[in-house]
Amino acid sequence: MSIWRVACLVARKDLLVERRSRVVLNQVLPFAGVTMVIFAFALDSDAVLERVAPGLVWLATMFSLLVLVQRTFAIETDDGALDAMRVAGVDPRAIYLGKAMGLAIELLVLEIVLLFAAVILYRQTVPVDGIALLAITLLSATCGLAAVGTLYGGLAAGFKGRETLLPLLTLPAVAPVLIGATRAVEAALGTAGAVVSDGWPWVGLLLVFAATFGVGGSLAFGPLIDE
Amino acid sequence: MTTTDSNPASVEVDPSGRFAGTGTRGTRILGSMTVVAMVWLVAFGLGFSPADRDQDEAVRIMYVHVPTIWVAYMSFVVTAVASGFYLFGRSKALGWDRLAGASAEIGTIFVAATLVVGSLWGRLTWGVFWQWDARLTTTALLFVTYIGYLAVRRLGGSHQQRARRSAVVGLLAVLLIPLVHWSVRLWRSLHQEATVLDTDGDIDMDGLMLFSLFVGVVAFTLFYIWLVLHRTRVMAMEDMMDDRGLDLALASRRAEVVPTQKLEEN
Amino acid sequence: MEDAGFIIGSYVLTFVMVIGMSWGVVRRGRRLGAQIPDEDKYWT
Repeated sequence: MSIWRVACLVARKDLLVERRSRVVLNQVLPFAGVTMVIFAFALDSDAVLERVAPGLVWLATMFSLLVLVQRTFAIETDDGALDAMRVAGVDPRAIYLGKAMGLAIELLVLEIVLLFAAVILYRQTVPVDGIALLAITLLSATCGLAAVGTLYGGLAAGFKGRETLLPLLTLPAVAPVLIGATRAVEAALGTAGAVVSDGWPWVGLLLVFAATFGVGGSLAFGPLIDE
Repeated sequence: MTTTDSNPASVEVDPSGRFAGTGTRGTRILGSMTVVAMVWLVAFGLGFSPADRDQDEAVRIMYVHVPTIWVAYMSFVVTAVASGFYLFGRSKALGWDRLAGASAEIGTIFVAATLVVGSLWGRLTWGVFWQWDARLTTTALLFVTYIGYLAVRRLGGSHQQRARRSAVVGLLAVLLIPLVHWSVRLWRSLHQEATVLDTDGDIDMDGLMLFSLFVGVVAFTLFYIWLVLHRTRVMAMEDMMDDRGLDLALASRRAEVVPTQKLEEN
Repeated sequence: MEDAGFIIGSYVLTFVMVIGMSWGVVRRGRRLGAQIPDEDKYWT
């Protein structure tokens, strides 16, 4: 079986686990929603909220990413499933890509929900000419986030103190995604007079980031979990 | 899986204490040179070098600020190279891993010093401690990234596990830094068209200033080499103690038991 | 002379860091070195 085929199976397995357990739906999604609400408490001004809404969407996404990564590796390490897969001879690159794909799909759903929340709570509008930019930004940023999250999640999985280590490693690493995706979404939504054409250089950054960490992660994942 | 240098030899305490530390002839010479260079640095930096036309006396901070960030960057490059040697070399020698770790530790502390001293300098020349420009922001993220690297080193597990994990993170950090710098530069260039403050801090350097800076770079480079040698050796001993932790615990336990046995014999 | 405080302060800070680091590493080396036989130390 090719790597991609195996990766799809791993992703399918993760999504199936989620469909049965509904942890993301019942816990992570509400968590993200509550973050959006408490941002409003902290900023306390409609004008400011309107201005910074894209950034808050991505900030909430990043906090949720940390929770999602913990979750996606908790289901592997709790009963030694990761070791079992390695013993069964599954290519670590396939495990990495599969887990990243599953994570990316969950993240994507979460981001769309958060965008809806921003439209309602923070009075954003989605102009028609910005939809293409918005979609590509969401996709490329999600790939980058999933690549980083899966890599560092796998690194910390199964060790004491992983809950605290993961944010420390992940947040500085995804800073470029936060910057790039925020600016691109601002351009797509026309926040603070931004125009759609402003967004494309940022998509370039997001794509380079996703490619770098996707390739780096799939190469590094083998040595990381093979012990 | 334990390390290659595990040695179940008994623990001997050198009574003379002559070889107790991590010093050798080489490091002592290096250390003396460092001290001399540091004295020169203070003499030239605070004394002989002239005040700047624009920056006045504040320029003197440059003679410690630039060398510290130079050492920080150098040590991260050493960390990355050593990580690469460990990961791609065939021997999987832990020496490379320890060099990477020692270097990253020193680099992280130097970045911290750079950030603090830099903000003092910023307060003098720009009027603010911090500015969200590309260089400063990248440096701050660099600092946090290497704190993460050091945390990965402390995760636990065997030495080879530690080495593999931290080598991966050490190499990824090198991929990350250009990306961070690129994104932050784009961010600032789009959102801060009119820079009120000249963050480059361009300075017309005359000969004596250039020489003072050169003395600073030499002094701190010497210090880096001296410290990385010592730290790598200390780390090697820490690893030995880890390997031997159980033996030691047993030995000390036995030592505690001896007096009671003597009592019983009497 | 407010500047002098900042300038001297940054020098003092840097050198305190340098001396602190050296002192810590050397002391730790001495302590560990006393417990480890010389033939295990690759630098002797």
